[in-house]
Amino acid sequence: MTTLKELAARPERLSGGHRLCAGCGASIVIRQLLAAVDNPMVVGCATGCLEVATTIYPYTAWRTSYIHSAFENVAATISGVEAAYKALRRRGAVAEDFRFIAIGGDGGTYDIGFQALSGAMERGHRMLYLCYDNQAYMNTGIQRSSATPLGAETTTSPVGSVLPGKSRPRKDLTAIIAAHDVPYVAQAAPHRWRDLVTKGKRALDTDGASFMNVLAPCPRGWRFDPAKTIEILTLAVDTCFWPLFEVSEGRWTLSYRPKEKVPVAEFLKVQGRFRHLFKQQNREVLAAAQAEVDRKWEALLRRVEG
Amino acid sequence: MSRAQQNRVAITGNEAVALAMKQVEPDVVAAYPITPQTDIVQYFSSFVADGEVQTEFVTVESEHSAMSACVGAAAAGARAMTATSANGLALMWEVLYIAAGLRLPIVMPVVNRALSAPINIHCDHSDSMGARDSGWIQLYSEDAQEAYDNILQAVRIGEHPDVLLPVMVCLDGFIISHSLENLKVLDKEQVTAFVGDYRPDARLLDAKRPITVGALELQDFYFEHKRQEAEAMVRSAPIIEAVADEYARLTGRKYSFFEAYRMDDAEVAVMVLNSAAGTARAVVDQLRRRGVRAGLLKLRVFRPFPGAALAEALAGLSVVGIMDRAEGLSAAGGPLFVEVRSALLGRPRHPLVLNHIYGLGGRDVGPDQIEQVFADLLRAAEAGEARQQVTHIGVRD
Repeated sequence: MTTLKELAARPERLSGGHRLCAGCGASIVIRQLLAAVDNPMVVGCATGCLEVATTIYPYTAWRTSYIHSAFENVAATISGVEAAYKALRRRGAVAEDFRFIAIGGDGGTYDIGFQALSGAMERGHRMLYLCYDNQAYMNTGIQRSSATPLGAETTTSPVGSVLPGKSRPRKDLTAIIAAHDVPYVAQAAPHRWRDLVTKGKRALDTDGASFMNVLAPCPRGWRFDPAKTIEILTLAVDTCFWPLFEVSEGRWTLSYRPKEKVPVAEFLKVQGRFRHLFKQQNREVLAAAQAEVDRKWEALLRRVEG
Repeated sequence: MSRAQQNRVAITGNEAVALAMKQVEPDVVAAYPITPQTDIVQYFSSFVADGEVQTEFVTVESEHSAMSACVGAAAAGARAMTATSANGLALMWEVLYIAAGLRLPIVMPVVNRALSAPINIHCDHSDSMGARDSGWIQLYSEDAQEAYDNILQAVRIGEHPDVLLPVMVCLDGFIISHSLENLKVLDKEQVTAFVGDYRPDARLLDAKRPITVGALELQDFYFEHKRQEAEAMVRSAPIIEAVADEYARLTGRKYSFFEAYRMDDAEVAVMVLNSAAGTARAVVDQLRRRGVRAGLLKLRVFRPFPGAALAEALAGLSVVGIMDRAEGLSAAGGPLFVEVRSALLGRPRHPLVLNHIYGLGGRDVGPDQIEQVFADLLRAAEAGEARQQVTHIGVRD
């Protein structure tokens, strides 16, 4: 088990000085992940906050090799890098034991990059695809994605006089990737750093494709005080809004079970994007949000126990 | 370099392309099937399955991913190739610009096919013409021999340190891709020696010197890098020539930017790309027998566009007919026409330039249609003016 002291001693592979916002969950997720293994690595980023904020030419925050090519193709781009690695290693042109990580936000992963992701997982490239899920297109200014939760207000699911925010629940991407039967799939959150680092190591040690979906709160899009990122993550997990689990070789296991399942309203009420749900006229939406969390949690428990 | 012993083979255009790819033996091929390119992917799959190549073959789920994987592979330090046609090329469109902008010398055969809609699987040049401003070098091939020869040269041109641009090698769908042809091919060892190794200055897979590829460049740097890319396209011209010279010494087959056929004393001439050149050559011969001073200009290199040399070659004509196998849909003529006419502008004396759009969606172009073009050119030569600047030939009213 990794200790905090050990992690702190690892070389920093995402340097400070990048332009991500204060309180951004993404940089915390990435720093934890990159500390999981010592191998040299190539990281690919889909277009998004992390990409634009870490590589403003002539600067780069990446102390690993890094590539960005477009929004929807990071899984395919890293497929090519990994294929190149196999070919070059075979002919003795690379000696080191590299690792490959494709990173996308939820827009680049759940939506526009979904096809490339599915293809890369099916082909079984030795790569970790990590989604930092901040539940909307934050880089372009908070538009809804298929990861945006029911009832959330975004700039394309605004709260209007007739519509109370997003009308559809989230796509369950982690389960969809698990259904690809890749050897390792996990859901994590950075306030439980040891769990995230352990899962990152398992994923990167997997001889094949692996996938991690990690919740990454966005203070701007979710509308909360940037000092509260860790508190919000704790609520997301303790309400079972974002369960922590892994699917290793097809076996589903829960990584954390809250002692007491907190009502989802506790998570929603601390974020501006859900403020309207606490008005009298939106009571049904709030109830539906709770019902959706309950339904998904129970389905997860059945998978874990089954 | 001494002249190589060559083997004579009877194969289709797609087989010739696949053979060239096999002999180049890139580190990575990422490809997706599409008619009429499909054979290439199938042949290459067999080479992999039979252990005839050590290439990592990535059977991607789309052409967008094919080009994306090639970008990743080339940036990683590998020689990467793919192949496509029509809608597949259109789906790659975004990533074509990225491959060129990142200066990755990917080589891609394009088996020319009409773009939808209406959906059609047969030959025209709307696909590669749509990608003409993507920063790719474009070589066109009259037949399977030229497609084979162009692919081998493309590797050297694209990877030259003064160039570092991706290269498309175009050949006509079905007409060439599926026709059996006698051609001369090199041995694998000769190809290996000719293409050499791909040794980029920096690569992702350098553990001691990690790099960032594809950074965000704003108002302060984007322009400089785009200008460098434009300059690389200009610099590629002498490299194309030098590689052609070296290839000629090896094979005896000499290529240039274009072939000028019976142009020395020509009064009228047509200009074509790809397979129609064979038919046009026969028509020129026939007209010559009838005393008509006809000529043909077959363009091989569309990017970089050899404007000055073309203008020089066309200068002595009264009328030239630019035959476009693509509708520019610009209300101003096809893409080849527009570029040739612009290259002629500003010269003290230049021919009348007419545009004939032909063969869309695989419509067969026989000698009769090319004779019709020459008749139009001769009429214009006599009248000193064109009845109509852009004419669609071989089409029902």
